Amino acid sequence: MSDKNIYLPYLMRIAEITEESPAVKTFRLEFIDEVAAQSFDFKTGQFGLYSAFGEGESTFCIASSPTRKGYIECTFREVGRVTAALADKEVGDIVGFRGPYGNVFPLEDWKGKNLVFIAGGIALPPLRSVIWNCLDLRDWFKDITVVYGARSVKDLVYKRELKEWSERSDIKLVTTVDPGGETPDWQGKVGFIPPVVEQLGLAAENTVAIVCGPPIMIKLTLPVLERLGFPPEAIFTTLENRMKCGLGKCGRCNTGSSYVCKDGPVYTLAELNELPAEY
Amino acid sequence: MANTYNLSHESLKGLFGSLRRDGRRILAPVDAAGRVELGEVEAPSQVAADYLQTILSAKEVAFPKVERLLSYTIAPGRVDLKDAEPRALPTVLFGVRPCEAKAFGALDAVFNWDYRDKFFNARMEQLAVIGLSCTKADEACFCTSVGGGPADATGSDILLTPIEGGYLAEVCTEKGAAIRALAPDLFRPGNGVDKAAIAAKVQQAFDQPALTSQLPGMFENEVWADQALRCIGCGACAFVCPTCVCFDIQEEADPKKGERLRCWDSCGFHQFTLHASGHNPREVQGARWRQRVYHKFSYYPERYDMLGCVGCGKCTRACPVDMNLKEHLIEAAGVKA
Amino acid sequence: MEAVIQRAKELLEQGEVKAVLGYAKGTGSARRPHFARQAGQLDKLVMDEACVQNLAVYVTKHEVKKLGKVAVVALPVTQRAILQLMAERQLRDGSLAILAVDDGAVKELDSASALEEHLALKAQVLNAKDKASLADLEAMDQGQRWAYWQKELSRCMKCYACRNTCPMCYCDHCTMDCNRPQWVPVASHGIGNLEYHMVRTMHLAGRCVECGDCGRACPVGIPVHLLTIGAEETVHELFGQRAGHKAKLDYALSTFKTDDKESFIR
Ligand SMILES: Cc1cc2nc3c(=O)[nH]c(=O)nc-3n(C[C@H](O)[C@H](O)[C@H](O)COP(=O)(O)OP(=O)(O)OC[C@H]3O[C@@H](n4cnc5c(N)ncnc54)[C@H](O)[C@@H]3O)c2cc1C
Ligand code: SF4
Ligand code: SF4
Ligand code: SF4
Ligand code: SF4
Ligand code: FES
Repeated sequence: MSDKNIYLPYLMRIAEITEESPAVKTFRLEFIDEVAAQSFDFKTGQFGLYSAFGEGESTFCIASSPTRKGYIECTFREVGRVTAALADKEVGDIVGFRGPYGNVFPLEDWKGKNLVFIAGGIALPPLRSVIWNCLDLRDWFKDITVVYGARSVKDLVYKRELKEWSERSDIKLVTTVDPGGETPDWQGKVGFIPPVVEQLGLAAENTVAIVCGPPIMIKLTLPVLERLGFPPEAIFTTLENRMKCGLGKCGRCNTGSSYVCKDGPVYTLAELNELPAEY
Repeated sequence: MANTYNLSHESLKGLFGSLRRDGRRILAPVDAAGRVELGEVEAPSQVAADYLQTILSAKEVAFPKVERLLSYTIAPGRVDLKDAEPRALPTVLFGVRPCEAKAFGALDAVFNWDYRDKFFNARMEQLAVIGLSCTKADEACFCTSVGGGPADATGSDILLTPIEGGYLAEVCTEKGAAIRALAPDLFRPGNGVDKAAIAAKVQQAFDQPALTSQLPGMFENEVWADQALRCIGCGACAFVCPTCVCFDIQEEADPKKGERLRCWDSCGFHQFTLHASGHNPREVQGARWRQRVYHKFSYYPERYDMLGCVGCGKCTRACPVDMNLKEHLIEAAGVKA
Repeated sequence: MEAVIQRAKELLEQGEVKAVLGYAKGTGSARRPHFARQAGQLDKLVMDEACVQNLAVYVTKHEVKKLGKVAVVALPVTQRAILQLMAERQLRDGSLAILAVDDGAVKELDSASALEEHLALKAQVLNAKDKASLADLEAMDQGQRWAYWQKELSRCMKCYACRNTCPMCYCDHCTMDCNRPQWVPVASHGIGNLEYHMVRTMHLAGRCVECGDCGRACPVGIPVHLLTIGAEETVHELFGQRAGHKAKLDYALSTFKTDDKESFIR
């Protein structure tokens, strides 16, 4: 038998669980197999299929930075059969992981540029990986700005790192919550992401924008960026089409002639404009 | 590399015997209470006497409707994974039509374009195809519009064409040569038979290259929603289609053990693209029907440099509401941009 | 039969309906559902013995509802399905123009009560072939019947043509599509197929209008309509009800009456 079974996952032990917000958790996962732990490598932007044995597989991005070796992290919201089963797991439990799959954020191309990350709700995980990656390669880039918004204060994920980023001088963090979602001691902004971005008065020149969030947020934020002068080639986003295989076989993520699991999930707006809007 | 021979009816019987002695099972169209289905046979006499095509396609031989991908056992703090091995038996697929023989190429394109799918490959390695040219066709057939033909040898290891007293046998591949080598005496020197005169006449129905080049510009055309109005969004067309390759991965388990299964799926189902949030990128049947047409006639050519349709017409015959693909493609080809 | 096409033309041309749903000539000798939305699409309409499909499957679809008011060429099975859909509140009374075609005559029925009255005129009879097949099944002992269905259902590939063509299988979120819990396995193996058809049979018992479309739709020729029709006949025997005859829902399997037969409780 020459071919390997491409559907076979790695076994992973849950090393740490962080409750991020209601129904959102972060797992730190360690490879059980030593060889896999040593040889495993990925790039920021990539994703994997995580198994809850007994229930199935779910697609999440790898939310940790490739510069942090020895483990991977994922952050997920409990929405269905697999995510509910994962949410029931405890430290020490075994889950499965297949990956890394998909394309990557082109950090090399961003050298010498300003970076603006814009994330809404649970969409911070894909950006968290790249933000940490960029911070670990800090001298490659000029200004780094992060705009992160959620429905309410309790819905903000990664509160620990938000605090850390807000205290660092080499990254500018702007947090916002939807009107009505603030608490009395809330220090950030109140308002939806698109106007908040508009008010920041970002300079589009020599800057790339990386936008992740629910479809409606992306839809409303892109025009703002275009108004600010960002060309479509300088705007990056990730798609979340439903996936089953992650290998360019099952056809589920197919959008135009693109397999989101292979050619994506990272796309520039210029590339998206070439695809049918089936995402 | 086709080498042409004559194979008499008597010799075919002998060949079946040789194949069986070589340890291969022979699958062929058989008559099952009025329906023609693939079944295991030992002699040519068991093959359905008169058939156009089977209802289901032969893809099942390499890509079964349910396939175990892996299994596991669960204990506290412990999971043991077990790889799955496909049960790939040495098999000769006898009497499939040229369209279906060709269709394995479209499956192969997806299963192996990047990662290699061992389940499909293990079965394909064990499979040899003895195709049979068509001497008749029906209103659903359109092989000649998609680059094939009723006596096209593509995809067959040996292609048989019925002639007086037996068959013209074209040995097209190494696998075909290996079959001939089992009983070389049965294959007599062939004479110059005009295959085209024997084969069914299938009129070219539309200009496929022109259609393929105009599809990107007519994505928003209302023709798709119009055509899809009577489509009921079932899986019949995709499941009988010899090139449809989409699948689902499903888990079946109890608290102690489980397995992961791959099952046929279809882009025609509402569920196919539905997100857990309720958002659906292809919300209406018109969009799903369009995906079917585009995947086969636009995306496949773009990505794999081939079509995702062989014009067999199975989808048309299986559709409960008579969505005739050929007719719809003719209509689409006639849309002026 | 010409009369129904004539009337459909008038309705569309006068703008009383936005579309006419009837039959057209299809591949070979087949007939297919046909939506005529412009006058030019009307001449494709045909009406003859080969037109058998229950067109009521379309009237609950979002895409069809969006067209506006539709005139439906309605065979008795279609009429029954429409009435049942109205009784189950899936369809607003008066939202369709119903062109009833039975025995050559055309009658316009545009309300549930008109349908009810019309359907009461003639007894519902099962066609001879299905009747004979049901009798054959009935004559088998339990073991034979089990073996028969095991064998038939082993061919099922879960394409759901039978479900999707059924006018009474209108659920947006079918039990088969539900994965929390996963009531029925998705795979089309022995258990998955058996459970699917058992669930469908039970969901149609007392609701099946006996059109037989599920069986006709099956690409691999499994007579699944014998399951639903069989269950429907049983409900009729036990409770004296038939689906698609009453404008007001009186569903045997969800209603308790003190005089219900309890002979099946042992
Ligand atoms: C590239 C990518 C990155 C992503 N990153 C993240 C992330 O970082 N964090 C995050 O929270 N989410 C992420 N998502 C979204 C996430 O994959 C989904 O929210 C999640 O997979 C759905 O959860 P579930 O499996 O519990 O849901 P379910 O919908 O219950 O799915 C359970 C399983 O059953 C299947 N299924 C569902 N319904 C049916 C049915 N009716 N019949 C049969 N089978 C069914 C599903 O396909 C799935 O395999 C990402 C998605 C993509 C594509
Ligand atoms: S789409 Fe239809 S005609 Fe084309 S290969 Fe598939 S079943 Fe055959
Ligand atoms: S996308 Fe649709 S048409 Fe293409 S292979 Fe999949 S099921 Fe078939
Ligand atoms: S085209 Fe026919 S077979 Fe295919 S999904 Fe539509 S109704 Fe079903
Ligand atoms: S139509 Fe036939 S094959 Fe398809 S799900 Fe129904 S019984 Fe199974
Ligand atoms: S997830 Fe299967 S092809 Fe992309």
